[in-house]
Amino acid sequence: MALKRVNAVIVGAGAGGGVAAKELSTAGLSVVLLERGKWYSAADCRKDDLHNQRTTVLGNAFGPDDERNPRVLADERGETIVYPSEAAYSNNAACVGGGTFSYGAQAWRFLEKDFRMRSTYGTVAGSTLEDWPIGYSDLEPYYDKAEWELGVSGDETDNIFRGPGRKPLPMPPLAPSKEHQILLPAAKRLGLHPFDIPMLRNTVPYNGRRSCMRCRWCCGFACELSARTGTHNTVIPAALATGNCELRTECVVKEILLDDRGHATGVAYFDGNDRLHEQSADLVLVCGGAVESARLLLNSRHRLFPNGLGNRYDWVGRNLHSHTYPAAVGLFAYDTYDDLGPGASIAICDYNHGNPGLAGGGMLANEFIRLPYQFMNQAPAWAPRWGQGHKDFVRDAYKRTIVIMGPVQEMPLYEARAQVDPKIKDHWGIPVARLSGMKHPHTLEIARYVVDKAVAWLKEAGAVQTWTRVPPPTLSGGQHQAGTCRMGDDPKTSVVNRDCQLHEADNVYVIDASVHVTNGGFNPALTVMANAYRASGNLLKAWKGSKVRG
Amino acid sequence: MIKHGTIGRRTLLGAGFGIAAAASIVSLPRWKGAGWWRFFSDDEARTVDAICAQLIPLDRDPGAREAGVVNYIDIQLTKPFKRYQAVYRRGLAKLDGASLGKFGKRFVELSSDRQVEALRDAEENFKEFFELILAHCRQGFYGDPRHGGNRNMASWKMLRLPFPMVRGRMHYDDAPKAG
Repeated sequence: MALKRVNAVIVGAGAGGGVAAKELSTAGLSVVLLERGKWYSAADCRKDDLHNQRTTVLGNAFGPDDERNPRVLADERGETIVYPSEAAYSNNAACVGGGTFSYGAQAWRFLEKDFRMRSTYGTVAGSTLEDWPIGYSDLEPYYDKAEWELGVSGDETDNIFRGPGRKPLPMPPLAPSKEHQILLPAAKRLGLHPFDIPMLRNTVPYNGRRSCMRCRWCCGFACELSARTGTHNTVIPAALATGNCELRTECVVKEILLDDRGHATGVAYFDGNDRLHEQSADLVLVCGGAVESARLLLNSRHRLFPNGLGNRYDWVGRNLHSHTYPAAVGLFAYDTYDDLGPGASIAICDYNHGNPGLAGGGMLANEFIRLPYQFMNQAPAWAPRWGQGHKDFVRDAYKRTIVIMGPVQEMPLYEARAQVDPKIKDHWGIPVARLSGMKHPHTLEIARYVVDKAVAWLKEAGAVQTWTRVPPPTLSGGQHQAGTCRMGDDPKTSVVNRDCQLHEADNVYVIDASVHVTNGGFNPALTVMANAYRASGNLLKAWKGSKVRG
Repeated sequence: MIKHGTIGRRTLLGAGFGIAAAASIVSLPRWKGAGWWRFFSDDEARTVDAICAQLIPLDRDPGAREAGVVNYIDIQLTKPFKRYQAVYRRGLAKLDGASLGKFGKRFVELSSDRQVEALRDAEENFKEFFELILAHCRQGFYGDPRHGGNRNMASWKMLRLPFPMVRGRMHYDDAPKAG
């Protein structure tokens, strides 16, 4: 069934799609925003420690569901069908707001060097490490815009590594928790530069929403007060309020429709009752996250694009990466737990760059507040896994630990990729994503270096015992997934140009972390949002009423 | 969301309200009457209960048995853990087989020390089953009571987690009853 033509159809109502929907509809374009998941609200906060977006042993709280959305993982053991509640699936939430509905809300700007990794560190053998075609200064005004329009709290005054030319954040940080008070002087004694993490979280009433009540159900859960900020409670309602944007939930896009000349004419999608519709549009914005955006392009085949749209030079789905999170746990002689959420509050950027012999690094911060079952992941290898020893350990250690971890910037790999599987299809008959590849060994070297720094910080803070965890070399994806539709000036080695427009089709844009050439040593949400503001702005400058300038 | 086939006790599990009431109903170990369990046979349930009692034993605080972890596992095996049903059936049979072979008794009939020994063997030899039941036992013990385990929030009390569960507001509509 064909639907009324609109100026733009946006696929995915997450960090990128939400911002783009608001920018385009505010400028007067008619927009249809398609989201495969549902629109949850603060009332959907179940505070369920086994069924949320972070601990998924009983499923993902905010999608996608295991029944209809398999993927294939291809590794040395062969091909395995994996489900969204399993780590190997590399899931990101499927709901209005996407990951920003249930994330921890750290709102980082990348650093200047994060956009110039190749220039800074040269070639890293085996990696497709490259510079972004844009720099920090290109994104800077849009970081500002995201921070003020959406609302970021924190205080980076003491972060000497932060990028130049910025306004202060619109909201102050939360009062320091006990962990924060233990870690702050220790970092200073070590000559480090600790500061309050910027967060998309209201610490005072802002934009008509209340401030954080500091509960222990934060990262992975819906915010009961809607004090945590995502696109679902900011830009998407603003887009709808213009009257120019229609949000359709539970709509699964099958493919991008193309005319004889290879020009996109809209998308075909299944609605919540599995009925197939065609939504025609002048522009198609692909904002589904690194795996699903790549999958949609690869599933959009055409006489001119036999291997998928935008994939003439075989770059779509390549360089799938995320962050490698090494963690250090410190056991203290006294209770460090004060039941004040969200937990993560203090960070250092001293080890993002300039680590001897290493091509990068990562921010280090204390971990979100741990619920009892989550604490199982923090136990050291020497603690008994069961029996009296296990119970004694958990009872004794639960309230006496501090965890420091950080998103180590990964070296992208050409062979780490999302493809479409030739055999397995999802509930709607659409070929599913097939993931394969590993982490680069140098990423793990950096992770081991950085985790030692976390240990030193914990020891200085008075930890009587420490232990560490460095992730396995398996493929990284998950919430921070990035890289699969690389931004670049050369069509032969990238998928989109610096305006996030496909090299091969001028009315198709990719606006999410897929376009990240490298993913910084930080949680990427604010960068996705800032880049969405930037790309939408450039799109609107080129907009000529029914098309964009070629 | 999870769909329920029948109206009744089980329907309460998925409900957002009255969770405290539901939790206390489902976590009562009711050994009498055939067919009470959703997935396990009575014998299997006894074995699972005995395994859990060793994995997280009773001491000055309740263990996995007292927290009704077997309820959690039984309930979940008919819902998200359906895909593990066969592993449980096989694993429980193997554990009993191994106990009979080594000690001449079924697992539940062994002394506590021998049960520990049998579980150490299982940890070596029946890895898939052992890892699964260990993970599930921890979930049922440390996780939310709404899923059938952690009766009376036993583990949360053990860990001295303060009530109410959410600052400024009760987690449940009914205050949790002591004991």
